[in-house]
Amino acid sequence: MKGSAARATCLGLALTVVGTLAACGGSSDSSWSNVTSAASNGGMSALVTAAKAEGQLNVIALPLNWANYGAIIKDFSAKYGIKVNQANPQGSSQDEVNAVNSEKGTSKAPDVLDIGMAVAWANTSLFAPYEVSEWSSIPANQKDAGGLWYQDYGGYMSIGYDSSKYTVTSVADLLTPAFKSAVALNGDPTEANAALNGVMLASLANGGSISNIGPGVSFFKQLNAAGNFVPVTATAATIDNGTTPVVFDWDYLNSASVVNLPSWKVFVPSNAILGGYYAQAITKTAPHPAAARLWEEYLYSATGQNLWLQGGARPVEMTAMQANGSLNQTYAAALPAVSGSPVTLDQSQASAAASYLASNWSAAVGS
Amino acid sequence: MTAVAVSETEYVRRPLGGRLRISSAWLGAAPFLLYTGLFLFLPTVLVAVGAFSGPHGPTLANLAQLSRPYVVSAFLNSLVLSAVSASVGAVVGSVLAYAVATGSPDGILRRLVTAFCGVLSQFGGVTLAFAFIATIGTEGFIVIWLQQHGIRFYPNGVWLFSLTGLTLIYTYFEIPLMVIVFMPALDGIRPQWREATETLGGGTWHYWRHVAGPLLMPAFLGAWLLLFANAFSAYATAAALLDIGGVIVPLQISRALSSEVGLDQANFAAALALGMVVIVAIITLLYARLQRRSARWLPR
Amino acid sequence: MNRRRRRRLAAFKAVVYVVLGLFFLLPIAAMVEFATRGVGISSPRTLTAFTSIGSDPELVDAITASLELAVITSLGMLALLLPTMIWIRLRVPQMVRPVELVCLTPLTIPAIVLVVGFAPIYNWIEINVSDSILMLALAYLVLVLPYCYRALDAGLSAVDIRTLSEAARSLGASWATVMWRIIVPNMSSAVSNACLLCVAVVLGEFTVANLLNFENLQVAISILGTGNASVSIALAVVSLVFVFFFLLLLSFLGRALSRRRGGAARA
Repeated sequence: MKGSAARATCLGLALTVVGTLAACGGSSDSSWSNVTSAASNGGMSALVTAAKAEGQLNVIALPLNWANYGAIIKDFSAKYGIKVNQANPQGSSQDEVNAVNSEKGTSKAPDVLDIGMAVAWANTSLFAPYEVSEWSSIPANQKDAGGLWYQDYGGYMSIGYDSSKYTVTSVADLLTPAFKSAVALNGDPTEANAALNGVMLASLANGGSISNIGPGVSFFKQLNAAGNFVPVTATAATIDNGTTPVVFDWDYLNSASVVNLPSWKVFVPSNAILGGYYAQAITKTAPHPAAARLWEEYLYSATGQNLWLQGGARPVEMTAMQANGSLNQTYAAALPAVSGSPVTLDQSQASAAASYLASNWSAAVGS
Repeated sequence: MTAVAVSETEYVRRPLGGRLRISSAWLGAAPFLLYTGLFLFLPTVLVAVGAFSGPHGPTLANLAQLSRPYVVSAFLNSLVLSAVSASVGAVVGSVLAYAVATGSPDGILRRLVTAFCGVLSQFGGVTLAFAFIATIGTEGFIVIWLQQHGIRFYPNGVWLFSLTGLTLIYTYFEIPLMVIVFMPALDGIRPQWREATETLGGGTWHYWRHVAGPLLMPAFLGAWLLLFANAFSAYATAAALLDIGGVIVPLQISRALSSEVGLDQANFAAALALGMVVIVAIITLLYARLQRRSARWLPR
Repeated sequence: MNRRRRRRLAAFKAVVYVVLGLFFLLPIAAMVEFATRGVGISSPRTLTAFTSIGSDPELVDAITASLELAVITSLGMLALLLPTMIWIRLRVPQMVRPVELVCLTPLTIPAIVLVVGFAPIYNWIEINVSDSILMLALAYLVLVLPYCYRALDAGLSAVDIRTLSEAARSLGASWATVMWRIIVPNMSSAVSNACLLCVAVVLGEFTVANLLNFENLQVAISILGTGNASVSIALAVVSLVFVFFFLLLLSFLGRALSRRRGGAARA
């Protein structure tokens, strides 16, 4: 949280005993809090030893079925014997940052964050710089030069649908009467990153551009007028149950639904390839700094990247791993076929889209 | 006589003209005041301070935002939603409470219903929304069953996914809540009231309209107020059901606090919350006025 | 009560129970129906969603913590709210309405905003006192105030406490005796309902615990449920059934306790 909210929080703290808060927080007395790379402080073995000594890692907002995080957490925990404490699994990126601020100094503060780019850009003052061993494998435009944040995985905005009931070959298909009460988003676009990108996909497929989300909103307005739009937030339960048989969501999230619904298919429109990546960061006030850094090393190793790939997401080191042969070809082949060059929202485009939605979304679909 | 005796006793028991007694009476409430002062008043003040804060110091800009049309309509929607679900919940809940209270006070049915209502009064959120979706949603089992018998449940659009549907879903926890908080009042109904009414020639209608009704009205209104506030601040169910952009105030607050796509608006959230507190305070004042009129002749 | 009225009352009760019973049980039946579906259209019904909940150690820890919180909060509520309510009605009547408003405030502010106010306080507590999850009882006591106040108030309004207390005082009883041995036994249903609500609120509470990074029962369920839709719904059903049986148990316990105490004669 910036400025004013932080000030309000500080005011609250000032009403209580502030002095004790200036002391170090939680249980970490290790010297890893300011370390910017493993090599500079004794190498990986020293990191592993220090992390095991800490014994715990606080993560936040990681649903188990999101890009295979369930398997990642289990594997990391088993490999290093570190207990992973999960918090707020359905939280948003902003909730993660709010938790960093409100839990500052306690042993429950988040150690690592997995957040959307908009929130990452706005909160770099909370992150500790760190460069993983595989730093050079991450493309330059997908990491912060100072090591504050680094993208981890991403995908393309897609339309998932139950192929036993529908066939989707283009975005325009969704306006036909066959899709009555069928199309849903995965959240409120005025609030959630994935849903905002869903509307942007509709915009790109209907003559809009990355800086203009207007046609996307009109598309959903038409969808709503035709009775095809379902305002329910699509979850695994509503997809299984059939209430939201067509969903705009990231391709890796859509592909997770295939497990429970074998007829689920994922479609990425060829004329509208909208990419989006999330980013990792280590918090400055992490109570377990060594474990946090070990987690990042794990995620950016071939094991971690391939686990994300297994979850249907495109790991950030994909190009480099393809070149040196460490990419798991089976998982790579299972990704939805995409031909063409993707576009991604940058900071100004994202906030422009957000403001447009804030003023126009309710009117368009709130009949 | 009695009046003189009472005042004599009072005189004897208040040697210092009553002043010392009054302050020790206030002391009796001190633990409660201290506790709520720290754990309720303080957080509320922090929120209120946030409502008036801005990036450059104290400001009224957050409150000014409350006058925007989409915020006003969110408040109106919230008011209507809460008032309707509270009223339906209060009426249906008191009927169910009456059915239970007239049964055996130690019977198993009463215990089952009370425990059941206790659980359901706190059931909400994504799971409750899904429970209704699975029952009367587009693929709900009732809808499918009726379809198999040729009856269309939704001839004119799916009303479940709208504020109307949300109101129905809210009654699912409002009715049980009413049962729990109103039943003690119904337990206080004396058989003598009924007997007295009948002795004077009144029937069931007279009994309820002129005797039991007014006696129960204060508790009923108080329970209604609780139901209203409960519905007013509920948000998780609405968030799961309606992603159409902040149609009620709690959704606007959640957007301001947790939005991944906008600038951090924690102060606007605080302003919205302040608005909610003000509205409930106004309704509580109206309720207090109503209470005073309806309880005028009760021995208090 | 004459026979005709008794028959009418019985018919009325039957209708009420059947109609409302259906209204409340059908959505739960739908949840069970969903949680027992197999994968794919024509698979047989299965209980794997329920059995896979198994004995996850985190869930057991969370259940224990939630139960402890429920007990602590109920006792705290009885110790704090009940005497205060009786006291102000007897001695400081001008405080009744303000206290009523104060008790309603926790419900008017959505939990997500209240947490913003709680966070700095809990930050201080976690660093300087204890970071145990039982510290949540302090916040929960505030959260149950609206519900418990209303339940207790409904009971108090049915008892003429002024007359009772004056009679007792004139016979030489202390204020403590008046409260605990005269007034409270006359509102036993209100007290037990308030405790019931307390326990139900604490066991069902999610938002505050979640945003303060504590893992209580509902948070643990939320974490476990993110893996699988059927499991998350199965967990919700199991949680409802668990709380239901716990509340039922409490109601029997309440009767046993009041019988043992011998209770005062009902006015």
